[in-house]
Amino acid sequence: MTMHQMPAGDTKPAYNYAYLDEQTKRMIRRALLKAVAVPGYQVPFGSREMPLARGWGTGGIQVTAAIIGPADTLKVIDQGADDTTNAVSIRKFFERTADARTTEATEEATIIQTRHRIPEAPLKAGQVMVYQVPMPEPLRRLEPREAETRKMHAWAEYGLMQVKLYEDIARYGEITKTYDYPVMVNGRYVMAPSPIPKFDNPKMHMSPALQLFGAGREKRIYALPPHTSVKSLDFEDHPFRIQSWTEPCGLCGASDSYLDEVVIDDRGGRMFVCSDSHHCETRREAGHRGTMLGDATASGFVDLSPSTVIPGDRREARDPFRNPTEQGSGMDPGSAVGSARDDGADMQTGVKS
Amino acid sequence: MTLHATFPDTALEPAPLLSVAGISRFYGERIGCADVSFDLWPGEVLGIVGESGSGKSTLLRCLAGIDKPDAGEVLFRGGPAPLDIYSVSEQERRRLMRTAWGIVHQNPRDGLRMDVTAGGNVGERLMDRGDRHYGAIRERALDWLQRVEIAGARIDDRPRQFSGGMQQRLQIARVLVSEPRLVFMDEPTGGLDVSVQARLLDLLRVLVRDLGLAAIIVTHDLAVARLLTDRLMVMKDGHVVEQGLTDQVLDDPHHAYTQLLTSAVLGV
Repeated sequence: MTMHQMPAGDTKPAYNYAYLDEQTKRMIRRALLKAVAVPGYQVPFGSREMPLARGWGTGGIQVTAAIIGPADTLKVIDQGADDTTNAVSIRKFFERTADARTTEATEEATIIQTRHRIPEAPLKAGQVMVYQVPMPEPLRRLEPREAETRKMHAWAEYGLMQVKLYEDIARYGEITKTYDYPVMVNGRYVMAPSPIPKFDNPKMHMSPALQLFGAGREKRIYALPPHTSVKSLDFEDHPFRIQSWTEPCGLCGASDSYLDEVVIDDRGGRMFVCSDSHHCETRREAGHRGTMLGDATASGFVDLSPSTVIPGDRREARDPFRNPTEQGSGMDPGSAVGSARDDGADMQTGVKS
Repeated sequence: MTLHATFPDTALEPAPLLSVAGISRFYGERIGCADVSFDLWPGEVLGIVGESGSGKSTLLRCLAGIDKPDAGEVLFRGGPAPLDIYSVSEQERRRLMRTAWGIVHQNPRDGLRMDVTAGGNVGERLMDRGDRHYGAIRERALDWLQRVEIAGARIDDRPRQFSGGMQQRLQIARVLVSEPRLVFMDEPTGGLDVSVQARLLDLLRVLVRDLGLAAIIVTHDLAVARLLTDRLMVMKDGHVVEQGLTDQVLDDPHHAYTQLLTSAVLGV
């Protein structure tokens, strides 16, 4: 970044539109075209240094930079939330370098860059999902040799992946993979869907949106064109199932969205909230309310306009084991929802799959 | 050699399963194996014996398609059409190795996935070929574990928790589960103590006879050769010095080296 070198008063930045130079963007677009032409196939590309560390979404940012234009509206989410550190800084990055309009509304966005989630609102034709991918090779943990995994993909030798699933069932009685759950794309390539929860896997199937995956550190791009079949791997007698929860979202009462478990005090108190922050807000604005909404509002966890706070039922909704005078103390909204998690390994607590 | 005369019923099986012609493999100046030719018929067990460094393993690696020889060809007739294993694509060769062929390594660690349970090891070939019913795969695996005398209760144990002999038996189950027509074995009893060896040999004999497998067994142990094989090839310095029916070769060795080899066996 060379912002500080700009002459005073000159608003033209000292870098190209959307940060990357045109040659690089062309190179990435070529890789994208190939990826779209061969759904699920990992296309190597010359990943560039970006002004943030690898592992923080450099692959997704490069893909977004290669496809964004002045007419686009960008939404960035991290763990489903629009207001987490990484999402905020990536959004700001494109506001500054690409004059991009940004939004938190899934429906308004033309490009949605994401880490760990697919928005709850259904995607539409014309929208582009850009996934940040830490580990593009689904076979990596089973076969350490890159040359060998490429052969396995080339010849569709996917027995080993099934062995992994077999092992899970043999040891734990079920397939324990809950995120980055391998999928078969278009009946041909096994693909890592990036660390989204398996809850989101069915949303990829036959999606009308274009889905692009960028792995900056591993230098791979792959894609799902609209209306591509995406099947989660399973056994005939152990079919794929998504997670479900024993209680609805504590803030908006949604029972059909992906919930995060949030620890709210040091005595075992916890609540479940939608991981898709925009979805949750939209529902609350529409009048839906969860059992813990009152508590969360009182503690500053959720900022609600007074009109939507429904007084009266707060006491009934409260957990009887909690001391009402101490609730909310020690609760830091930033650390509760905004913590950047790298691999999704902790996304499973409190989840019944 | 007039081996065909020993199979009067060749009309039933009109062609050998494996035809090997002029296989040679050189390591620079040195000879790995030179000009080896033979036919292997369905259901036949061929032994390759010889001392260390005589080219046995080199030959086996060439035959199994792991290494490419410098000259010669191998024709496999297990499928609908004869297959020259060096001219087909690597994809086809790998498919062959996973289905119609099996390789039992001397060291079970080379043939097993050590961090995968016994059931997963046995089931891998089934899943390779597209089986996707967990219960059915498990049932087959259980059946095969019992056939190689591993208790069914150990299906969810990993190979590292098994003894050496059990690992070797597990490896055999893993290979045979896909019902291959041809199995390559490299010193299958190597490194096992004699009582375990005896049971393994017994088991192999039963399996080979029951399944009508054709097998090529490389060994330096003449007792193993005597027990398991129908026909024997004696190798020395990369060349085949003598071949014939096992009993014939061992009881009436013609070549000086074979005579030396048979006389070197310790009696107990």
